[in-house]
Amino acid sequence: MRYQFNWSVLWTGESGLWLLSGLITTLELSIVAWLLAAALGVVSGALRTVRFWPLRVAATFYVEFFRNVPLLVWMFFWYFAIPPLLPQLVQDWLFAHGLEFWAAVCALGVYSGARFSEVLRSGIQSIPRTQLEASVASGLTTFQAYRYVILPVALRLIIPPGTNESLNLLKNSSVALTISVAELTFQTRQIETYTAKAIEALTAGTVIYLILCVSIATIMSWVERRTAIPGLIVGGRQRR
Amino acid sequence: MLDLDVIWRNFPFLMLQGFLGIGNFVGGTLRLAIPSIVLGFVLGIFIGIARLAPQWWIRMPAVLYVEFFRGVPLVMVIFWMWFIMPIVLHTAIPEFGVALAAFVIFEAAYLGEIVRAGIQSVPRGQVEAGTALGLSGAQGMRFVILPQALKNMIPSLVTQFIVLFKDTSLASIIGFMDLTKAAQVVNNREIRPFPIYLFIAVVYWVCTYSMSRYARSLEKRIGPA
Repeated sequence: MRYQFNWSVLWTGESGLWLLSGLITTLELSIVAWLLAAALGVVSGALRTVRFWPLRVAATFYVEFFRNVPLLVWMFFWYFAIPPLLPQLVQDWLFAHGLEFWAAVCALGVYSGARFSEVLRSGIQSIPRTQLEASVASGLTTFQAYRYVILPVALRLIIPPGTNESLNLLKNSSVALTISVAELTFQTRQIETYTAKAIEALTAGTVIYLILCVSIATIMSWVERRTAIPGLIVGGRQRR
Repeated sequence: MLDLDVIWRNFPFLMLQGFLGIGNFVGGTLRLAIPSIVLGFVLGIFIGIARLAPQWWIRMPAVLYVEFFRGVPLVMVIFWMWFIMPIVLHTAIPEFGVALAAFVIFEAAYLGEIVRAGIQSVPRGQVEAGTALGLSGAQGMRFVILPQALKNMIPSLVTQFIVLFKDTSLASIIGFMDLTKAAQVVNNREIRPFPIYLFIAVVYWVCTYSMSRYARSLEKRIGPA
């Protein structure tokens, strides 16, 4: 049995439309999940470095529990296990507005937030402790010190590992196909199902992922150079 | 809500069949994870060495290999193997073979980077000393550099094994009976998603967290490379 290539399946029929809608869903899912992950990551990453231990323990528990369990398990958990526990009104709204998408956002966002948190924590810990002490000494509260001194520096320091984690988030969004979110990998499978041309369909999906990853990495290395803090070794041109 | 009875009833199936792979189905998280990391590491050694080769025609394919697989989701690689292996090998491949091939090829890209960093962490003088003693390039690599590099790599290798261990859950997408698939099967019968999925989350967590603690203690013992 020899495989017959037929690349035209990618531009005849609805394949192009499916790929485009898959790409849009992948981007939507990734962006919303990224916002959630960034918020959770910044808050929990900062809390892991504070003196007050109950907050530190809570943040540590969040990070260690969520990032050490496979994303796929979280997908199933948020999709199957959580909705029945919600009030009827929320359930109705979710079923009407794409439950699988919001479950995927929660799973991906909460999981990646725990990973972002580790990145931010190492960024904060690379800032000399004296910076915090100096800002407290000049009359800032701890919250103000983090808000105006520590976080602005830390966020600039963590651009390279943060980009890496963001790309991981984008690639991990493909796991959402298991709870039938119609993202890029899902649409690639759909083309394969309709045309029985697996290699062509997978090539199209793979190339789109590669283009996305390479272009985000390129943009971020430009941003990294723009926001580099003068005088720091990490501010140099090192990638990753 | 938290119905522990459902866990207790299905405990043997989840743990023996799903986690260890002992039972009527071909499956098992550990039975997939352990050969994947071993074979992936072997392939990774070659890729790591090739990335440092002075000849560009050896180095370039290795660089492309690493960059390609780091830019593609693992789910995509699993589907590639699922469809391409029967075409290339002209025969049906069981899920275990497909999943193993996908994990080995995918993880080798990441493990190759760890090997490269490990090799680069060995002081240059060691290579020169090996050459001065009359070792050939391959002998120097085999007897002088790799043993020292391996020691520096161990914490990153454990970390990568944790990642791989979590990733094996994706083999359930193509029907491999691992812990996640076993939980799906149990849930289809019992319709008790909350306790079942929380239980396997805890099982995964106990394994990965203890490994990450172990990696941290190793890092402390070995010290910064």
